Order: sequence, then structure tokens, then C-alpha cells
Amino acid sequence: MAPARSEHHHILSVLVQNKAGVLARVSGLFARRGYNIYSLAVAPTDDERFSRITIVVDVESTPLDQIVKQLFKLINVVEISELAPSEAVEREMMLASIWAEPATRGQVIELVGVFEGRIVDVGPDEVTVVLAGPPSKLDDFEDLMRAYGITALQRTGRVALPRLAKQAAALRSVG
Amino acid sequence: MNGGQALIKSLEMEGVEVMFGLPGGAILPVYDPIIDSPIRHILVRHEQGAGHMAEGYAHATGRPGVAMVTSGPGATNIVTPLADAMMDSIPIVVITGQVPTVAIGTDAFQECDNIGITRSVTKHNELVTDAADIPRIVREAFHIATTGRPGPVLIDIPKDIVDPRNPRSAMEWYWPESVDLPGYKPTTEGDPAMIAEAARLIAESHRPVIYAGGGILKARAAEALKALAERYGLHVVTTLMARGAFPDSHPLCLGMPGMHGNYTAITAMQKADLLIALGSRFDDRVTGKLSGFAPDAKIIHVDIDPAEMGKVRRPDAPIVGDCRVVIEELIRALDQGGPQPDRHVWDTQLKAWRVEFPLTYDQGWDTGDTLKPQFCVESLRDRAPEGTIVASGVGQHQMWSSQFWRFEQPYTWVNSGGLGTMGFAVPAAIGAKVGRPDRTVWAIDGDGCFQMTAQELVTAAAERIPVKVAILNNAYLGMVRQWQELFYEERYSEVYLSPDLPDYKMWAEAMGCVGLRVESPEEVGPAIDKANSIDDRPVVIDFRVDSDEKVYPMVAAGTSNDEVILGPSQGPGGH
Repeated sequence: MAPARSEHHHILSVLVQNKAGVLARVSGLFARRGYNIYSLAVAPTDDERFSRITIVVDVESTPLDQIVKQLFKLINVVEISELAPSEAVEREMMLASIWAEPATRGQVIELVGVFEGRIVDVGPDEVTVVLAGPPSKLDDFEDLMRAYGITALQRTGRVALPRLAKQAAALRSVG
Repeated sequence: MNGGQALIKSLEMEGVEVMFGLPGGAILPVYDPIIDSPIRHILVRHEQGAGHMAEGYAHATGRPGVAMVTSGPGATNIVTPLADAMMDSIPIVVITGQVPTVAIGTDAFQECDNIGITRSVTKHNELVTDAADIPRIVREAFHIATTGRPGPVLIDIPKDIVDPRNPRSAMEWYWPESVDLPGYKPTTEGDPAMIAEAARLIAESHRPVIYAGGGILKARAAEALKALAERYGLHVVTTLMARGAFPDSHPLCLGMPGMHGNYTAITAMQKADLLIALGSRFDDRVTGKLSGFAPDAKIIHVDIDPAEMGKVRRPDAPIVGDCRVVIEELIRALDQGGPQPDRHVWDTQLKAWRVEFPLTYDQGWDTGDTLKPQFCVESLRDRAPEGTIVASGVGQHQMWSSQFWRFEQPYTWVNSGGLGTMGFAVPAAIGAKVGRPDRTVWAIDGDGCFQMTAQELVTAAAERIPVKVAILNNAYLGMVRQWQELFYEERYSEVYLSPDLPDYKMWAEAMGCVGLRVESPEEVGPAIDKANSIDDRPVVIDFRVDSDEKVYPMVAAGTSNDEVILGPSQGPGGH
């Protein structure tokens, strides 16, 4: 799990045509070089002709530049932006089933509250929690819950968009 | 109209005059409308042949080659030509049959995942799922194959959408006026600021060399290159893929660089203070050990493929664009700049190297002297009609052909550069001859290569395609033998082939060709003249050449281009 926080962590936001096989083309460029994709999220954009793939990879900058250029050669890839973590808004969601016997259940529920998660399912000795937020927050929650016992966990992989400019653009004349 | 008819009609709309292929179960419905089409179909004996013929056709004509094969083994047999075309940026369109849509993924008879298998060896590939998409996808395929950096495109067609007995094949004919590919917009015009920077680098350079690659030919930029070189007195090396892009007889031509390039071309690049890379990609066979390559040179890199910028060597002036357009822009920028520096010291040095280190070999004429392969190539060259196209396979014969032929015109050299596909010569020569029936086409082949694809001479004989094949038969996988001799202490492992098994003359005759055999230097000229005089069927000459002859100069793999090993007769020993 640790590599997500490593210094080689890059986020690529890739706008593609929403067609069969495009994901295989994109992931194949990483696979042939032996690079593991750390996380991946894909869904159609507001324009259903296109999908956005958010890829997190741990690669040195030089091979990444080359991969980005090769990605752009794919006919179905429309646009690529590399998002620096400091210049992007990132979110990820997690579902986790956590061991919560009556004796510890109160503590688990309290921590879920602190992290602004929600309990979405309850069993005799377990609860299932949904939590969304910056990936680091999910990492922290995961670390804390390990003490109680995680019985199942699924993260979505992160989605990201560039941060918006904080200064208004100069007013332009209209007409 | 049905999908099969639409496919053939779409090819007609794209101006396809000839296609190479071999039918089978899944592609059968598309073969039926071929009977009524003006397109000439050439029936090959193996699908690999169809692919290389399409490549040879594209090499020689600049127009996209087309091949069509069936599903499963038909498709897997054409993977090598696709990879070859991908490496050498050859525009071809390959159509593969596929099992019916409902059977895909069920391990049906002759099923394989054509799209998955060919994804990394095509510029683009597409599975057609609806007959109505056929005209659009064909239009897009030709557009993608021929624009930007050219390359192979594969269209995979399930049987049900082309079979008139299946209602899924019904469609209304249309022809799209334009293509709509939002993710595909090749840049053709160079960035003016970078072109100005390139002009400035040239105006400062005392030892410039133009490093011309295959992109010159793809961009139809040979005239522009000549104008640039002549106007500014710039010397030119032509890589293996660019032979013919600049005339070998031109005083500014330095010939081929690289592992088996000539001393002057290799050393000019090493000592240059500026390399003007035009449509070339710093291949490892050109650069040798990268850290020692052209250490003092600044780099202008012009290529239509942005992914080539900095892939191998960081350019000082990267220019993404079409070579012809950029060269013309560069000439304009240079014309507006100041005078060029005095380069007579450099020019004199280059002249001196050419005199001191020529490409040579020793053909003895005494009884018992063996026939030298280089002498065969020179004899073929000297007796060839003007404009003769030469195709080659891969290995020693390829290097001797590139070294000793004199290429004067573009599009006269057809070979497998990047992938190094043995067996390329015979089918590629056939494709070239189909595209340029007005030209003499010689395949200069090795005995190892010839055995890989010789069956296509049956195709050539049956279709009356009178190509000529010169086998430089040294009874070995010669290039591998050369490496074993030089780098494996003469431990020859699995390289001996025998000079007379098979009997190449009899084999040629069995395939409907004229077969000739040459064993001594005196027989060379008459045999070539005889071959050149035959124009109603293919000819094969089995030249029994010296097994010991090696390709020199040589830069051993992994060493620097400063360490050129010269042949025994090539100047003052190796260093």
C-alpha cells in the first residue's frame, strides 16, 4: 500500500472516447513496460461520448513523460493532463467492514464519526462503513481500524480534477 | 447492400487498385464481391506474404498497401508484417475475418483475439460490430494509416455482419465525407520559434551533419532535403531506412551510418557539432553505445511524432512537424539569416576520410578464388536498368546491398529496418513490382531468408509478376555466424544451412521461375544479363558465395561509434 505516498506518485487524468477496448489500450502501455498501475478510476464524463480515466502510477518522471507521449498517440485518447498532487483536488471512497463486537463497537462508531464516515450496514459483530475524502484521510482511517480488525475493504481508486484558479480572470469586453 | 459488399466498395472508394490475401471460413463472404470488383486480388501462399507484399507495395508507391486474411491462423500469420510495418512506419491496412459476433469469446473454430493480439503492433485497430459502421471505419483506417506518422491499421470483421444470409449484414450504403477523430490531429507545421532556433544553431555550426531518416521518404521530402543540403552546403548521412532519400553520387552524400555504416558517415556524426535529425529516431543501430554517441553535437530533431522528441537523445531544438513542410520553413528561416560560417576545414576532413576509408573488398580472379557477395551486389548494380528497385531480407546480404548499391532515387530501396524480419525480401519485392510494374525489381536475399518465404514465388509465377531474386548463398545464417566468429570464439552454433540443400535452382524451377546458378566471378555478369532479359516470369539466381566473408566496417553491439572495426582491405586496420 505504501507506494501511493511515495515521491514517484503521479496522477494522470486521461480523457478518452467512450468505446470498447480503450481501457485495455491505455493500461497496455503501462503493462508492456512493467509498470504497475496503483489505482484507476473510469467513468463517462458529462458528455457521454467521452470517459475520464484517472490513473495513479509510481514511475520516475522521465519514463512517465514517454508514456504520456505514447498514450497521446492512441487514436482514442483525446486529452491528457498530469496533475501534481498540490495542484489537484483528489477524492477517493472506501467501503470497509470492521470487527466491532459490543465491547468495542462504541469506539469504532466514535472514530467513524470523527472521520465523517457513515455506517451503512450492521451485523452482530461487524459494521460496514463508507468513507470518502482525500486519499490520505482514508489511509489514516485504515491504519486506525486495523487495531479493531478489518474483515473486508474496498477502495475506489482516486478521482481528481485540477484546482481552480483563485484569481478571477480579467474582465473581457463582450460583444 | 450487405456488409461484405460495403467493405469492398469502401476499398474502391479509397482508391485501392490491388490487394493481397488468402480466403478462409470467416472472411469468405467478403471474397464473393471481389469477383465483381475492379480491385485486383493477388492470392498469396501464406498470409505473412500478403502482409509483406502490402508493405512492399506501400514502400514503392507511397500508397497504402492492403491485405485481407481470415480469422485465427490467418490473422496470427500476419502479425509479423504488422509489427514490421509498425517499426518502419509503413502505411498498410489489414482486414481480418473474425468468427460471428455471438461466437466471439467461445473458443469457436479459427477464433483468436485479433484485436488483443495486434494492439501493440498496429497504429490502431478496430473490431467492427455493426455492418453500418463499415464505410466509416474503412475511411478512418486509411486516414490513420496514411497521415501523421504512417503505420499499420487492422480492421477485424465478424462473419455475421458481412454474410448476406445473415440479417445483421444488411446496411444502407453511404460514404462519409470526412473523418471525425477528436483524439487524432497530427501536427504538420513546425513551431516558428523552434525553426528560428534551428536556423540559429545551423548558422553557428562549423561541423554540421544532416542525419536523414526514413521520415524523409514518408513525407515525400527528398527534393526539399536536396534543396536544404545544396543551398547551405550541408553533408547528409542516409540511414538504412533513408537509402535513396539523397543520391549516393551527390558530393554532399556521406552514405549510411550505424553498425555497418561506412567510416566517414559514422565518424562525421561522432565529430559533428550539430546533428540535424530529419525523420530519424536515434535507433540503437545508428547510435551505438548511447553515452558515447556524437558527444559534442547539439541536436535539431524534426519528426512528425512528438513521442520521438527526447525518447533517446535530448534535442536542443525539437520540432514536431512534417519533414517536408519543416525543411521548407527552415530554408526560409536560413535565407533570412546571416551568412554561414566558413566550413572548409570540416569539408576537407570529410573528403579525406572518404579517400582514406572507402568501402572495399577483394574479389580474386584466380582459379579457385571464391565468389565475393559484394562483387555480386556491385555487378547487379552496374547491370541494373535505371530506377531499379532493390528489396532485401535481413542479415549480411542486406548490409552489403545497402553498402554497395548506389541509390540515386527515392523509393528504390525496400527493406525491413526496425523489426529485422528475415524473409521480407521475396514478398516485399513482389508487392513493389505490383505497385511499380514499369520498374525492374531485384530482391537481394540470403539463403536463410529465402527459405522463410520463397513459396511466394509461386504467387509471382502464377500472377505473372516478374521479380528477380539474387540469393547470396553462403550456406550459413551469415550474420549470426559473423557474430559467433567475432564474439563467441568461432563456436558456430546452429548456423550451418548447406549450399545445396535445398537445390535453389531446382526449387525455383519447381515454382515456375527460371533458375540459374553462379559459382565463379566470370559467370556473374552473363547470368545477371540473362535474368534482366527475362520479363515473363520470375528469375532466381543462386550465387554460391564465400562463407567467410564478413560485413565491415562494424561497430560491435554495446560499443561506442568511436570504435569502428574496419575490414582487412578497408584502410589502416581497425581501431
